[in-house]
Amino acid sequence: MARNREVVILLLDVGPSMHGVLQEVKNICLTLVHKKLVYNRSDEVGIVLFGTKGTCNELAKELGGYKHVTVTRDIKVVDEGTAQALQNLPLGSAPVLDSIVVGLDMVMRKFGNTKGKRRLCLITGAQDLLRDPPEGTKEEQVDTIADMLKKHSIKLECIIFREPGVHHNAVMEENDRLLYQFRNRSVAKVVQVDSPTSLLGALKTRNVLPVTVFRGDLEVSSNFKIKVWVYKKTAEEKFPTLKKYSDMAPPSDKFASHEVKVDYEYKSVVEPDKVVPPDQRIKGYLYGPQVVPVSTAEWEAVKFKPEKGVKLLGFTDRSNVPRHHFMKDVCLFIPEPGNIKAALAVSAIARAMHQMNKVAIVRCVWRQGQGNVALGVLTPNISSVNNVQDSFYFNVLPFAEDIREFQFRSFSSLPSSSQPTEEQQEAADNLVKMLDLAPPGREVLKPEFTPNPMLERFYSYLDLKSKQPDANVPPLERSLRRITEPDPDVIGQQTQLIQNLGKAFELKENPKKKKARTQDILAYAGAGDQAKSVEEPSVEKDRLLENTHPPTENVGAIRDSNPVQDFEAMLAKRSSSTWVQKAIEDMQNYTAALLQKSRDGSNYQKALECFAALRKACIIEQEPQEFNEFLTKIYERLKEGDAAKFFQLLSSKNISLISKEEAPDSDVTEDMAKSFFLKREKASQ
Amino acid sequence: MDLDPEGIFRDDSDEDEDNVQEREANKEMVVYLVDASPKMFTPATTQDNEKQDTHFHTIVSCITESLKTQIIGRSYDEVAICFLNTKEKKNLQDSAGVYVYNVGDREELDRPTAKLIKDFSSIEDSFMSTIGSRYGITSGSRENTLYNALWVAQALLRKGSVKTVSKRILIFTNEDDPFGTITGAVKTDMIRTTVQRAKDAQDLGLSIELLPLSRPDEQFDMSLFYADLIGLDGDEITEYLPSAGVRLEDMTNQLRKRIMKKRRVKTLSFAITNDVCIEVNTYALVRPTTPGTITWLDSLSNLPLKAERSFICNDTGALLQDAQTRFQMYNDTIVKFSVHELSEVKRVASHHLRLLGFKPLDCLKDYHNLRPSTFIYPSDQRIFGSTCVFVALHSSMLRLGRFALAFYGNPTRPQLVALVAQEEVTSSGGQFEPPGMHMIYLPYSDDIRYPEEVHVTYDDAPRATDEQIKKASNLFKRIDLKNFSACQFANPALQRHYGILEALALGEDEMPDIKDETLPDEEGLSRPGVVKAIEEFKTSVYGENYDQEEAEAAAGKASRGDASKKRKEITDAAAQISAAYDWAELADNGKLKQMTAAELKSYLTAHDLPVSGKKEVLVSRILTHLGK
Repeated sequence: MARNREVVILLLDVGPSMHGVLQEVKNICLTLVHKKLVYNRSDEVGIVLFGTKGTCNELAKELGGYKHVTVTRDIKVVDEGTAQALQNLPLGSAPVLDSIVVGLDMVMRKFGNTKGKRRLCLITGAQDLLRDPPEGTKEEQVDTIADMLKKHSIKLECIIFREPGVHHNAVMEENDRLLYQFRNRSVAKVVQVDSPTSLLGALKTRNVLPVTVFRGDLEVSSNFKIKVWVYKKTAEEKFPTLKKYSDMAPPSDKFASHEVKVDYEYKSVVEPDKVVPPDQRIKGYLYGPQVVPVSTAEWEAVKFKPEKGVKLLGFTDRSNVPRHHFMKDVCLFIPEPGNIKAALAVSAIARAMHQMNKVAIVRCVWRQGQGNVALGVLTPNISSVNNVQDSFYFNVLPFAEDIREFQFRSFSSLPSSSQPTEEQQEAADNLVKMLDLAPPGREVLKPEFTPNPMLERFYSYLDLKSKQPDANVPPLERSLRRITEPDPDVIGQQTQLIQNLGKAFELKENPKKKKARTQDILAYAGAGDQAKSVEEPSVEKDRLLENTHPPTENVGAIRDSNPVQDFEAMLAKRSSSTWVQKAIEDMQNYTAALLQKSRDGSNYQKALECFAALRKACIIEQEPQEFNEFLTKIYERLKEGDAAKFFQLLSSKNISLISKEEAPDSDVTEDMAKSFFLKREKASQ
Repeated sequence: MDLDPEGIFRDDSDEDEDNVQEREANKEMVVYLVDASPKMFTPATTQDNEKQDTHFHTIVSCITESLKTQIIGRSYDEVAICFLNTKEKKNLQDSAGVYVYNVGDREELDRPTAKLIKDFSSIEDSFMSTIGSRYGITSGSRENTLYNALWVAQALLRKGSVKTVSKRILIFTNEDDPFGTITGAVKTDMIRTTVQRAKDAQDLGLSIELLPLSRPDEQFDMSLFYADLIGLDGDEITEYLPSAGVRLEDMTNQLRKRIMKKRRVKTLSFAITNDVCIEVNTYALVRPTTPGTITWLDSLSNLPLKAERSFICNDTGALLQDAQTRFQMYNDTIVKFSVHELSEVKRVASHHLRLLGFKPLDCLKDYHNLRPSTFIYPSDQRIFGSTCVFVALHSSMLRLGRFALAFYGNPTRPQLVALVAQEEVTSSGGQFEPPGMHMIYLPYSDDIRYPEEVHVTYDDAPRATDEQIKKASNLFKRIDLKNFSACQFANPALQRHYGILEALALGEDEMPDIKDETLPDEEGLSRPGVVKAIEEFKTSVYGENYDQEEAEAAAGKASRGDASKKRKEITDAAAQISAAYDWAELADNGKLKQMTAAELKSYLTAHDLPVSGKKEVLVSRILTHLGK
């Protein structure tokens, strides 16, 4: 078995308590499968649903019982079928432990006693009554299962989903207690989440083998050392680096890699034709206006070479280390596994730090031969779980050279127009108090349970594209939008407050700066928004729009009497890109209708004006695509009929596609724009 | 409070006040005006009568050090060195007693070069023969060398606008009364014209500073002349002298540090609600400093090289344009994306910064960090009134102890950020922490790992007792870094890099010895109080005889550890199997190839050889071992 190959069994609760979030359950499991299809092609996944109406599992067939547990997919290497099995999760109702047993049984049947990495992922509402086991108590049953899991070194991950404000009854408490019993037996990790968004972040969708950064001594002094291991605590999961695609290979070549090799050649400035071989190159560093050549060997001989080791410099007050000085991703210092004395020493120091509000300053050289040292701070991580040891977080601190001392104007010396009045201050205070994301006992958008919306979207798009190569980028899922935008429910509750804030402060665009540019710089108006505004349920949208745009003079539509003026009025309400979008869309519809209705060129003049206005707006709003697509579409549709004359008119007025020169976002060249009508005509003849 | 949206009541002076911070000069030009009169060459004596350097020497080494720092930190700043009271004269105005020092094809006021530093540092050897020293202002002559020097310096500083360049004249002298040798109307006239000259220069935006050197036996008397020249009065005079001394020391001992110009990184729109959207600028206050850009050179000619990139199709070897299509292997098939589609995927937010809500500060954990933070400060450039909203929020957040959670829709990595309000901290030396907010980049769930749960214990994890915690607290009191600040440690790797570069550029033989400030204070740690506290803590956790136990355990491990025992067993077993064959004969007959890999391995194990590789490798390894 390949090292680090993992077997995951998803145990999914489809009972009533989960019906509201089945979409998210599906999505997170799909992300897990998608990532495996990209990174871990040989991993195996099995899927067990519990709470289903029917029953389908080996144990039920052989022993009876284990009702309402359905194995929808046996443990197999991931493929399309795995994703397929997740597509239609049935609704059902019913028991947690049974599913664990079934999952365990699947692993045992498949792998017997061989070793490997196995993981059971249980996602449940844990709200249904467990039936009593045939013999012994439920607690004993849990212990038995835990022993089995331990024996086969299977990890269990439980994700309990509870909507906020759900009343906890005896059944739920018992279930929770039993699940936490697994944790106390050191075989499981239990997390509880309360929103669909955090459910998406609760499951580890990519399996990373933990690797130590350092193993060795934390040297307090020359004769007192604590044995520690250092791991990464945070590390950015990057957007995958996609390879460049080459379409040069002939279509018949089935084994073509389609890859593009990037080659660098170094050429002398004096002789641009001569390539300098790598061994003849030498590094040069700037010293004033002059470049100092330094050969690698020379550099190697004299450069800074610190000894490997982690040394304590001393302790200091936490307030001496500002939070914004933390430089990098975070490491974790744990005592050497199995070394009780080291665990005690770490525990004692961590707890004392916690009590006295102190931190330790350490100097770290992780590896021999490393070219620099890291100066950092150790802060305590007091474990709240019995069987997890105390440890330290390690953050890198800046050196003197890394701090830039820029001066900024003190707020107290600002002109009085920039000082808030009492009323304004109160509006701000209320906002800070009311837009509370951490009411007692709850915290919304905890980083621990917040998935990366960009990556979520990428993997689902990847999957979509593998089936439909010309698919468009899907809009952000509803629960992912809770990460990028404030919750409309919260906003809805605080409408009054938000309006007050808007009233209290007066913001005005600087008339000296160009308007269109400002719009451009200050917001990314993009496809995401368009799709969003279309997809957003209308009630929610209306409320949002109301907040954004207090009903003004009713210019919400393009009317027949004066279409161009209405259109411009709509555009002028440019406070949000959705309006611009709507204006353009309406104008397009209106113009198309105008042309279709037209007999003998009666409406041509009006339509021409509309086209001109639309084209101008699309250039200003940097939406050339909108116009170009519209023009192409309408031309294709109407060129055969009477309207052909109209297009000649357009052509004569130079109203053609928007070219790159006019709007950088366009992919139409000037020549293409010029010859648009000509070429089309030829093609149609 | 009503704003003035039309800007009717804003006049230019208002504008200046608003932008006072943005208008900082981004370049500096300095003329060092060094007095070279014979008085500067008399050794300064101290009570000890030890060998003393002349003031001239002090100044030359001070300027050299300062240039060395400047060439690394602010190499675009320009500098000129000018002596006064010299025998020779060399200046455009052809004024007597003023010598503008220069080397190579450098302009007189230009960026410092390695040659300038190198030649200038050894100027004392040749100064007397090439430039010479004499008293310039004497009763006999009508020359006023100080006046001439100021005139020359001002002419040197003619280039560049005062709006973007800060221009300074630095005078080094130990003569507090330059016109002391003359008397009468001539004297008053000279003083008047010289002071007037200085005033004219100051009116043109040049600043004139004096770095006076005083001998131990006579204090430099500012009031005699120089107070008038640089325009000081009252208390300023008495404060000037000590501060000038500090500055002189600063010039010599400056940290080699690349100085960054204050420049905003980006202008962002910060949407607080749907209809309140303000403008903020971001700044990088903390970023790791790198040794600087590498230029590739041809090692034969030392000429710079130009890198050329080309794209080659892996299948056909054809040269390609930069491809606009990317692909990802997914389920063993190729999935193609256009560059446009990818940027579309990454665009998940409609705003730069979108406020989501507020959380108490303790929700921001120590491990919620990925990158250096970014500083944000409001701006009214495009949206009037932004500053006011920002200031109000800032003070609410500080008072209520909350940070703002916002979504930062950066197209390369959209991220959740914590905006932590920073109160202004000032000290006598100036602003210590500017007012504004720090934007801290938060990790996502995918970025957080749980290494602490990798090695869970099956029973309860060991926890320290109160006694042990108390001993640890004692330790803290003993090894306490009272005024710790991140700014106090220089990066030893970087300082070494600069040192080496300097040595190579100036052709020095010795590599500089850079002190590594990040090493623990061994002396401090060996103080008896500290040693005792450490011992006590160690004993309370590890027990009395820990060192001994440890040593024994280590010794035990070496002789009869579990692992080594097991290894021995395996070797023994292998030796038995391997003994059944006559390996030399098998090798001679070429029969090794017919044996199984397991049999081959038994020989290798028995002889403590590696057992990795394919069968052929195993065979050849055995043959090598047998010496065949």
